[in-house]
Amino acid sequence: MYTQALNARETETSAPEDAERLAAFQARIDAEEKIEPNDWMPAAYRKTLVRQISQHAHSEIVGMLPEGNWITRAPTLKRKAALLAKVQDEGGHGLYLYSAAETLGVSREELTEQLLSGRAKYSSIFNYPTLTWADIGAIGWLVDGAAIMNQIPLCRCSFGPYARAMIRVCKEESFHQRQGYELLLEMCRSSEEQKAMVQDALDRWWWPSLMMFGPSDTHSTHSAQSMAWKIKRFTNDELRQKFVDATVPQAHFLGLTIPDDKLAFDAESGHWTFGEIDWDEFSRVIAGDGPCNRERLSARQKAHEAGAWVREAALAHAEKRAARRAAAQVAAE
Amino acid sequence: MTEKTTPLWEVFIRSRTGMAHRHCGSVHAADAEMALQAARDVYTRRGEGLSIWVVPSAEIIASDPSEKGMLFEPTASKIYRHPTFYEIPEDVGNM
Repeated sequence: MYTQALNARETETSAPEDAERLAAFQARIDAEEKIEPNDWMPAAYRKTLVRQISQHAHSEIVGMLPEGNWITRAPTLKRKAALLAKVQDEGGHGLYLYSAAETLGVSREELTEQLLSGRAKYSSIFNYPTLTWADIGAIGWLVDGAAIMNQIPLCRCSFGPYARAMIRVCKEESFHQRQGYELLLEMCRSSEEQKAMVQDALDRWWWPSLMMFGPSDTHSTHSAQSMAWKIKRFTNDELRQKFVDATVPQAHFLGLTIPDDKLAFDAESGHWTFGEIDWDEFSRVIAGDGPCNRERLSARQKAHEAGAWVREAALAHAEKRAARRAAAQVAAE
Repeated sequence: MTEKTTPLWEVFIRSRTGMAHRHCGSVHAADAEMALQAARDVYTRRGEGLSIWVVPSAEIIASDPSEKGMLFEPTASKIYRHPTFYEIPEDVGNM
């Protein structure tokens, strides 16, 4: 999902934890207790969460770029207002998540630096370009739809601040998915040309959307531990299947064709079976070689550098005012 | 990085008149005024609040989780602090 790169294998080994404390910790998890920032936790739990929450936050922030691209070109004022609100929400979601990660002892500045230097990952989906207005609808429907599917179980994550951030995010995100689908519905009903644009958008976004759920369960190295810690509640493949089952009928409702000739309904299981994901493409985009990786990163770097003087000026102003207040107090005494 | 870190503030929002302010998250800001503006943008995009408090995170004094037992367990045995501890015939009724 927004944290696909978590599945990359880790090389370093950490010091062993005290067995008694580990058992007590796992007992709290098993009893569905929430873990709070000041509670004892295994170093690996903390590290996994910092990586997961910060990758999730980075995804929200980078996710503003493909859509921000279309704000000035939205076809109507209604669509422009909706898109603006959606992009603003994504900025807000990034901030909730950074705050949750910071409770684990990492600073905002470190997290920002990890993103800008390219060391931290974010969701591969945001490295694809938004070529037409229909892409904005496809992102809302598919990308936000996939995100909702992933985030609803995260509302029950064992780490309190992450779970609470997810509850806020989920409440706000439902409109993102709905405005996207409504936009596509309107286009599909308008003219053959517009419907063709929507089909083209689906053709390009379908497979990258399925990749958002991460590697298949047989190749996912962190899943078992994350499930035991109740950070994760469903496996990548379970969530992917749920997503396919939900979206295929929605595509048919729009009169569209899913770009997968292996797609078929299995009456026995009640699920849609689908073809194999291009895992080479997945690895390439995660590793930094997708269509827009360089562009996205350079846009974030430029924004950070261009905003440096504002941050510096705000701090200098705050310091100056604090010094003046202190001087006035001394004079008054 | 040569930049100084921007202070962290805890945000409390009162959602309706008559309710208490409730902790909802945190923001980074250079000073109190900017913290209030950031809190408004980040935490009240859908009419969630009528009033905001921001408090420097460093000023919050928290109880130690390892003292949880010492601090809070003694109340568990004091069931006589609850009305259900006392037996009153039903005919008497509640106040």
